[in-house]
Amino acid sequence: MTERKTLQTEMISAHPSPSPGHGMQRDLEVCKLVDTTICIGCKACEVACVEWNDMPFSPTTFDNTYQTMRETRWNFWNLIKFNEHQKEDGTIQWLMRKDQCMHCADPGCLAACPADGAIVKYANGIVDFNQENCIGCEFCVSGCPFDIPKFNPLTKRVYKCSLCSDRVGAGLEPACIKACPTGCLKFGSKDDMKFIAEERAKQLRDKFGMENAGVYDPQSVGGTHVIYVLHDATDPERYGGLPKNPQIPWSYTVWKWLFKPVLGTAALFGMVGVFLHYVGVGPRRVQPEPPRKEDGNGQRG
Amino acid sequence: MASAVERFDNTARHSFEAAGQTTVYRGELLRHPVYTRVLHWMVALFFFLALFSGFGIYLPWLFRWFTPIFGGGQLVRIMHPWFGLGFVVFFGLQALNWIQPMTWTSADSNWIRNMGKIIGGKEKMEPPDTGFFNAGQKVQFWEIVIGSVVYLITGIVMWAGARTFGRIPVAIGYVLHDISALIMLGGIFIHVYESTFGQPGTFQAMTRGAVSEAWAWTFHPAWYKQITGRDARQACEEERRRMTGK
Repeated sequence: MTERKTLQTEMISAHPSPSPGHGMQRDLEVCKLVDTTICIGCKACEVACVEWNDMPFSPTTFDNTYQTMRETRWNFWNLIKFNEHQKEDGTIQWLMRKDQCMHCADPGCLAACPADGAIVKYANGIVDFNQENCIGCEFCVSGCPFDIPKFNPLTKRVYKCSLCSDRVGAGLEPACIKACPTGCLKFGSKDDMKFIAEERAKQLRDKFGMENAGVYDPQSVGGTHVIYVLHDATDPERYGGLPKNPQIPWSYTVWKWLFKPVLGTAALFGMVGVFLHYVGVGPRRVQPEPPRKEDGNGQRG
Repeated sequence: MASAVERFDNTARHSFEAAGQTTVYRGELLRHPVYTRVLHWMVALFFFLALFSGFGIYLPWLFRWFTPIFGGGQLVRIMHPWFGLGFVVFFGLQALNWIQPMTWTSADSNWIRNMGKIIGGKEKMEPPDTGFFNAGQKVQFWEIVIGSVVYLITGIVMWAGARTFGRIPVAIGYVLHDISALIMLGGIFIHVYESTFGQPGTFQAMTRGAVSEAWAWTFHPAWYKQITGRDARQACEEERRRMTGK
């Protein structure tokens, strides 16, 4: 990524009109490639992430693995998940996967978010949270199939990996990429990364006897801007719960964009209904009504 | 259980009656005691607070201008559940208070069958067997009872969040919460209309607590008979004769 990248907005959560400037500029989709087969679990990316994003110290937990903590936190966006997988022949496969926001092309968090401008998706594929607009409802948590957004009870806001949008916007690679010593992490355009990933998977299949090696780029969320090369792409679950077929709940798609406005308008028609009743039928009066006036005016109507 | 509820309601009614007062003038009947009125307006207050704070969360692209009333989106998010809880608590007390007069009877089934005539203005008076509440009021009451239970359950699920209850319960809960709100929103227009412009003379039942006898025999004939011992139609006819002087 030598050319200077700008952050051109593509989607804005709960926004009443099209995103300003959408489609005005051609922008390459960026992508982070994580090759799990050459990750050595050094956690340099974890440190780089905390350093660059200037996040406060977060206590670690130990539960008999090398994993720093159980899951990502509001101030810890990048976590290597360590898993010991027993293969059919009894040997142990030690799997390490860098867990972070996947930057989906169809972000479930953005679809779920009711706050205007709290979540934006840039034309280059980065999905970013703007905490100043976040209302802390945590709907994004239920919209995300990867369990990424994390709530900070102190600020009452939700946080997650920004793919270092501040660095990428200035033409730099994300901090985790810069820190990786093995070349397990790569950053570039989505097309390039997909190509490299496919080549690597082919190499693993042909030269290393991993017949199930493949690329993780789930199409159920429109593809992601973080993709993995896996030893066994048929079972991503074993890599610390990577969903095989991540889904966004239908209530955040059909309900939100179709039924909500339609039914909301319908409910407001209750107001129109009673108004028409008042005008057309008229109020029900206490009986008996007083006798009408005998002069001409009272007789009409 | 039932007698315990009755005892509770009676105690509450007595203590509220000691604190407030209801003046019933000649030619009027006591409609709602102080306790009922206070509950009603507490329910109304929390209903509208929850409604307006909920609008901004429901459809921000249309109703975002509601949120500044409550101090912005974050405060709306923090306060909406408490408004809702207030609504459920006070409506719950009202439900206990009203459970007996709100019980469905065969007269109500008849009312529903003749609904068109009553709403369409063909019948000037309610059917003779209409008691303290008519079937329309009862339908709305039970809708709010069910709706409040839905609010409470789905609201707690969303309040605690996906981290406690899982993604899918939150995603489903929010749809049910919305549906419940939409039905109640549609209903509130009818409720407000019927109690003000739609039936002149009704509003004072919830403010002063008393209604005119003519109001009672027109809209709740069976209740009128129960209180005064006079037949509603007959009373109305006598009044008509007195009015026209024939």
